[in-house]
Amino acid sequence: MSKAILVDTTKCIGCGACATACKIVNDLPLHDSEANKQRPAKSCGADELVTFAQSHGEVGGKLSADTLNVLQTYGSVFVRKFCMHCQDPTCASVCPVGALRKTAAGPVIYDADRCMGCRYCMMACPFGIPRYEWKSALPKVEKCILCAPRLAKGLQPACTEACPAQASIFGEREELLREAEKRLRENSTGYVQHIFGQQEVGGTSVLYLSAVPFEQLGFPSNLPHDALPTYTYRVLSKIPNLVMLGGALLGGIWWITNRREEVARAEKTEKRDSKLETGKSKLET
Amino acid sequence: MNGSKLPKITFWRALLVVILAAGFYSTVLRFVKGLGASTNLSDQFPWGLWIGFDVLCGVGLAAGGFTLAAIVYVFHLDRFHAVLRPSILTAFLGYGLVAVALLFDLGRPYRIWHPLVMWNPHSVMFEVAWCVMLYLTVLALEFSPAVFERFRLHGPLRLIHSVTIPLVIAGVLLSTLHQSSLGSLFLIVPEKLHPYWYSPLLPVFFFISAVGVGLAMVIFESNLSARAFGREIELPLLAVLGKGMAVVLMLYGILRFQDLVARHALVHLREASTETLLFVLEIVVGLFLPMVMLFIRRVRENREGLFAAAVLVITGFLLNRLNVSISGLEFSAHAHYFPRWTELAVTLSIVGMGFLLFSLGVRYFNVFEVHAPSAEPVVARASRP
Repeated sequence: MSKAILVDTTKCIGCGACATACKIVNDLPLHDSEANKQRPAKSCGADELVTFAQSHGEVGGKLSADTLNVLQTYGSVFVRKFCMHCQDPTCASVCPVGALRKTAAGPVIYDADRCMGCRYCMMACPFGIPRYEWKSALPKVEKCILCAPRLAKGLQPACTEACPAQASIFGEREELLREAEKRLRENSTGYVQHIFGQQEVGGTSVLYLSAVPFEQLGFPSNLPHDALPTYTYRVLSKIPNLVMLGGALLGGIWWITNRREEVARAEKTEKRDSKLETGKSKLET
Repeated sequence: MNGSKLPKITFWRALLVVILAAGFYSTVLRFVKGLGASTNLSDQFPWGLWIGFDVLCGVGLAAGGFTLAAIVYVFHLDRFHAVLRPSILTAFLGYGLVAVALLFDLGRPYRIWHPLVMWNPHSVMFEVAWCVMLYLTVLALEFSPAVFERFRLHGPLRLIHSVTIPLVIAGVLLSTLHQSSLGSLFLIVPEKLHPYWYSPLLPVFFFISAVGVGLAMVIFESNLSARAFGREIELPLLAVLGKGMAVVLMLYGILRFQDLVARHALVHLREASTETLLFVLEIVVGLFLPMVMLFIRRVRENREGLFAAAVLVITGFLLNRLNVSISGLEFSAHAHYFPRWTELAVTLSIVGMGFLLFSLGVRYFNVFEVHAPSAEPVVARASRP
């Protein structure tokens, strides 16, 4: 029952409405300062949000603490980049304080009050998504949270709401996968026969379709199909055993070496005693 | 510390003052303006010098503490008692300074205690945080006899002596766990770390190399403190440690080579890249050269030869940790990282503080014991009027 987004890059018209809508609902500054002055409030209605986003679409730029969704151009192909919302997220697994968490509804969310700022999530993310507020003295990690608060209200994410071309659609992951497979089947020459995100690092809640190989769109092509957290948990799960066996081994070695020393010491005193004995008996005779 | 040595000491003191002043400026910048203004860290390079050097190298270089504690107490090789306490002090200061470095690196350092109450047992970082905290406590307790002796506190002294063995065993276990876990930290980036360095055996490599560099550090420090405090050097003892180091290096070398072959990583040697250069440097300088040197008796039992081998091992170790945490990630980050001068100033200040605190420790506590340990050596001595 997990929600997801399907991005069909062959349908994207490059308007950038997704990027703008994202900035409105997340209260982030728009690139265009003129547009920024006219922006609707965070709490605006759907119509106002969609109209504004579609007429002031933001194209280009990079992901940053101020930009959680970005529309990039690779040759003649437009691709939006944002958090992939992994099924078994690497970021959530590495976070020492559990500030990142995968919710049952689908989004990977972030609790800024727990975060101590170790930035292991940024190191570990296979898609290089999380961003840091480097300019702030009290920084937070920033990334797309799949509009988790909107989802809780029964709404869809702002980006899919604003998309005029149905290039990004929102729904159940299983249904979106069926839809993607259907599109691949019906147009076998128009698509690369691969759904990016179906199996990468154990699967993601954001799925992509493309007419050109994915590495040409800046996606990593060397990702394993295992969820990355299994790589570290394989080692971590051995720790309790290692502690017990190691403790027993070290204790045992100490026991033996200590005993050996006690024996050596006892033998020394014994020798001395026997020498004394012989000395005494010599004196007596 | 006598008249004839005064100019040299003044130079080092002057240098230390300059470094600490630069470090102070950088500290203010770091905490007022944040990480962006004080470091060259970026979204592509979230970890830099403070993690790569201060934490990864700092923890490794302090490994002499647990290695010698195991040698002396668990394996009962009592003659190494003479170099144990300086190693414990180095380890304690080393870990303390790692914690200080973390306060610089964490975005919100006042939350450093969060892992105590907010648990995520699936995180390697969580495990490292716990181990380092516990081991710092163990090290404080392991050094505490020196403090109790100084203030003639016989009760606590007897108490701490009665728990020495469990304490040492706990220390060895905790060290094994977190030394290896620093390697496990990078198991999660199989597609980002260059094949020269990424391996499922990273935790094993980190542990073995920590043991090796721990021994090298004991030799290194003994030489330095012999020079600084005008002491006799324990050369026969250190030569035996050199022998142990040669064995550890060989073990490490065999495992590392097997792993590189099994993962077909050596094909990259054909590429003339920065990674290849750094990899070859790391293997030749840190592994091959010192191993050969240490296997030669004449070199091993010569003060300069042994010292040179230890310096090579330490250099190779530093290269390895920086390669794993920084250089080996550059190709996938499509970015270049070199520390800003303020980052270097903080790191140098932390190292300088280490030297300063060590010499203070030596001045105020009985660190270089020369007596042979008997059943209850320290208590007996401390109770003398």
